Amino acid sequence: MSNIYLAIILAPLFASMLAGLAGRLIGRAGAHTVTIGAVGASFVMSLLVLRDVLGSEGPAYNETVYTWLVTDGVRMEVGFLIDRLSALMMVVVTFVSLMVHVYTIGYMHDDPGYQRFFSYISLFTFAMLMLVMSNNFMQLFFGWEAVGLVSYLLIGFWYTRPTAIFANMKAFLVNRVGDFGFLLGIATVLAYTGSLDYATVFGQAPALGEQTIEIMTGSPWSVATVACLLLFVGAMGKSAQVPLHVWLPDSMEGPTPISALIHAATMVTAGVFMVARMSPLFEQSEVALTTVLVIGATTALFTGFMGVVANDIKRVVAYSTLSQLGYMTTALGASAYAAGIFHLMTHAFFKALLFLAAGSVIVALHHEQDIRRMGGLRRYMPVTYWTSLVGSLALIGFPGFAGFFSKDALIEAVELSTIPGSGYAAACLLIGVFVTALYSFRMFFLVFHGPERMDEETRHHVHESPWVITLPLVLLAIPSFVIGWFTIGPVLFGGYFGPAIAVTPAHDVLGELGREFHGPGAFLLHGVAGLPVLLSLAGVASAWYAYLHRPSLPDRIRRVLDLPYRVLVNKYYLDDFNEKVLARAARGLGTALWKGGDVGVIDGAIVNGSARLVGWCATVVRRVQSGYLYHYAFAMVIGLSVLLTWALSRS
Amino acid sequence: MGILTVLIWLPIFGGLAVLAAGRRDDLPPEAFRAFRWVALAVSMATFVLSLPLWTGFDRTTAEMQFVERVPWIPAFSVEYFLGVDGFSMPLILLTTFLTPLVVIAGWKSIRVRQAQYLASFLVLEGLMIGVFAALDALLFYVFWEAMLIPMFIIIGVWGGERRVYATVKFFLYTFLGSVFMLIALIYLYLQAGSYNILAFHALPLSLTEQLWIFGAFLAAFAVKVPMWPVHTWLPDAHVEAPTGGSVILAAVLLKMGGYGFVRFSLPITPDAAGSLSLLVIGLSLVAVVYISFVALVQQDMKKLIAYSSIAHMGFVTLGFFLAWGIVGRTGDLPGIAMGITGGMVQMISHGFVSGALFLCVGVMYDRLHSRQIADYGGVVNSMPRFATFMVLFAMANAGLPGTSGFVGEFLVILASFQADFWYAFLAATTLVVGAAYTLWLVKRVIFGPVANDGVAGMQDLDGREFLVLSLVAAAVLLLGLWPGPLVDVMGATVDNLTNHIVQSKL
Repeated sequence: MSNIYLAIILAPLFASMLAGLAGRLIGRAGAHTVTIGAVGASFVMSLLVLRDVLGSEGPAYNETVYTWLVTDGVRMEVGFLIDRLSALMMVVVTFVSLMVHVYTIGYMHDDPGYQRFFSYISLFTFAMLMLVMSNNFMQLFFGWEAVGLVSYLLIGFWYTRPTAIFANMKAFLVNRVGDFGFLLGIATVLAYTGSLDYATVFGQAPALGEQTIEIMTGSPWSVATVACLLLFVGAMGKSAQVPLHVWLPDSMEGPTPISALIHAATMVTAGVFMVARMSPLFEQSEVALTTVLVIGATTALFTGFMGVVANDIKRVVAYSTLSQLGYMTTALGASAYAAGIFHLMTHAFFKALLFLAAGSVIVALHHEQDIRRMGGLRRYMPVTYWTSLVGSLALIGFPGFAGFFSKDALIEAVELSTIPGSGYAAACLLIGVFVTALYSFRMFFLVFHGPERMDEETRHHVHESPWVITLPLVLLAIPSFVIGWFTIGPVLFGGYFGPAIAVTPAHDVLGELGREFHGPGAFLLHGVAGLPVLLSLAGVASAWYAYLHRPSLPDRIRRVLDLPYRVLVNKYYLDDFNEKVLARAARGLGTALWKGGDVGVIDGAIVNGSARLVGWCATVVRRVQSGYLYHYAFAMVIGLSVLLTWALSRS
Repeated sequence: MGILTVLIWLPIFGGLAVLAAGRRDDLPPEAFRAFRWVALAVSMATFVLSLPLWTGFDRTTAEMQFVERVPWIPAFSVEYFLGVDGFSMPLILLTTFLTPLVVIAGWKSIRVRQAQYLASFLVLEGLMIGVFAALDALLFYVFWEAMLIPMFIIIGVWGGERRVYATVKFFLYTFLGSVFMLIALIYLYLQAGSYNILAFHALPLSLTEQLWIFGAFLAAFAVKVPMWPVHTWLPDAHVEAPTGGSVILAAVLLKMGGYGFVRFSLPITPDAAGSLSLLVIGLSLVAVVYISFVALVQQDMKKLIAYSSIAHMGFVTLGFFLAWGIVGRTGDLPGIAMGITGGMVQMISHGFVSGALFLCVGVMYDRLHSRQIADYGGVVNSMPRFATFMVLFAMANAGLPGTSGFVGEFLVILASFQADFWYAFLAATTLVVGAAYTLWLVKRVIFGPVANDGVAGMQDLDGREFLVLSLVAAAVLLLGLWPGPLVDVMGATVDNLTNHIVQSKL
């Protein structure tokens, strides 16, 4: 059985190496054939794995592939843990990746870096699979950083653009801030359990809740709290939670297919996946859960606001991603891990769809990304239009669509939660529903409806994208529509995850919700009259009123609300703070230490302080070049060897 | 004749032969071309001959292996005593692996006194192996000092404009440090009655004696590592050294400081090391944090990598000195061996990664004759293959998992957490700052639009350069993906040292 897991992981890796190292040899068609074949094979095999996992009630597959190293009694291994959580993630990752591979054929058609791009996205698939299939913290960290590397390479794919190479460095560094905490979290786990293996660590989780650690002398903290907070810092980086969210909007500098794959559907959800995977640990610490809840809810609401004022089509979708990641994180904080993962899954489909649709629009308009210069595209791009509509309705949680089931369940779970902060979180999420609908349909109306605001030249050339672009749109639109209906029962309330996710009875909001669950139909009927649906319809109506019916209204509102508008357009001034205060302080500190410490004190006062000595030596040493010392030196070595030889022969 | 003797003297005599043959200035160019091949053959032969050290190494014992022992100066009980354990064997292999690469790297870029240049590196190789293999303290000292001479010459003759300043600084620092070490060795000889380093390990010493001896060793080894604040010779030496000199300096010479700690300081003076461990840990953390910020603002690529070296070597000394903190906090041993192993792996990895980065700078310098970051930009446009290597090595320098740079830092951070949360916290800042200075370098030099005509005209790697960089890249990836074999080789030796140092000599 382990062969199929290896094959799932290695197929994209080898394809990536082939496309990357022998790209010129196998050509463009060769590169996309190889990588699509490999990722397709991984997808099919992942489906088989999912089927097997669903069919068996036995213990999860948990085996070592090879031992990375053993030191000090700690075995660090590379291995797989295949349970329902990882199997679900594998299917989602490989399916979206496959769609994006196909789409790339069309999107990157004229790009000189065609093979390189396919190599990178296949490498990404490999790294992401390593992350989700891991059975230990070391490999998790490997996958974690490896997806970060590929993200770095892909954001900076167009490396001659100054904005792109700034964005990729920023993304990597902000993620590294998260990884800093993540690594310390792993160190905490190892220090108190003596193992990096999930099964062993989770087995000792209750003990971690009881032990304490004194980080500040005199104030003991629960080890579980410290470990979980540190691990969650990692999740905040990767899953772009406030205040480490700043890299994600800038990552839109990368080509659109990777915005869909990496910065919407898969990599950014790694943090959510990780917390769900660590549920046995997080359940031991209410402090950690509250932190997760509050940060998630804050992200969900406040990043959504920025989406309302953004004009770049990709940035709007990016803010929406941030907001939705906040929703997932909030669910985790409410111990509704399954709801978080469920929303992760539906979101992967509809958000990938929305990004790819945005890409389709961008290509049709010759790389125009400003929604103020779009409009009326419905007539020209029917497939893109209808699939975008499906994606948008799924995103706002319109009854019946995938996002409705996941978001409604998620909000209800948070409302049921009793841990501190859940009231604030529920309020944020509800307001967020209105905001989501507002920015989504603002964008939708501005792009596809209303007057055509592009220039004559562009309008003349607008046409629907080729099939390699529209086919993935259609294939992603189908699950965006129906997957919620079919999977809400089994995934959310059917105990689908089994032992893969642990929830203590006191926190089990989904269990409580499940007792009132009587099939998707009843859930739908119950939800239609619910507050979230009303709020989202209100959001759509507001968008319609402001952007189609009375287009002069937004400008008037902006003038009245000048201050909030400026705060939002400037992204809460966080970028400014990071660049003008933090980065400048780091460089200032470096200069001070260098010029003051190294050059000033150490060299200036101490070393060169004995300047005469140095000067004197220098005159001696200048003879190096004239040969004296040079010959002397080798004479000494020769003498040494003669002496040794003599000594050896005497013995 | 034992394998270690061959490894030491083959390159030395090979180097002397090249030197002798290349003395005359009126030789035809073909002769110089022949010297290159001879030097390559000698260094390759040394590498091949060193492989049995790995294959024939007994991983289950901490005893010295491949031992050769004959009296040398019987009047003073000085012996020609060689042997390797899990600490020295990997370092010898690192040396024999890198020397041929350095010979190839200097193939075309050295235009004056080529025979002497090649000879210096061969002689240096033999002497470095001698340092790692010597088990007699006087023999060790002879190799240790002799090694300075070729290094000194390499920087002084083939170096840059301020080479005199750099060599003087280099010489003064290392020489002053070594003098103290010599005094300590003589004292130990008087106590033990021989120069046998293994006898020193078992020698009972009072705390006062230990503190003096530890201090003397610290003077020698801290300069070599180098530790803050005796590090300022390194950036100057690197900047002025020719590419090959920088590679060997960073990859092997710095390791002698770290090696000195595990061979001398820790086992001979464990109680002094324990009572001063806070000092060493403090200096190590200063190196990691302070030096990383200094690296951030460097304008000269070689200086930046030199500072990065100091910061990375901070992990080595940090890992080596955690034992007492761990015992103090947990009352138990787990974590000690991990710290020492991490420090050792970090040394090997740093040998590859910093060596590779200096090779990369050398490749660019050969084309544009500048080390200034500001003179570059958008190199990827004209040198895509080179850029791939540069990004790989930069990522290794930033400690990306899957590369060798990750392994040592990971282990040391995990181990330091056992001693104190804040050690781990400060050490882990390298994840952010280390990545910042490395990636900012890459951004300014490699990425972006073509900065000027000079960059536009840069030729991508030729076959020779490609070969050198691929070999190092393979080592970096292999060690990153499967460090197990290297860790296994050191295992018994590390455990032995762990048990040795936690037992007081008092």
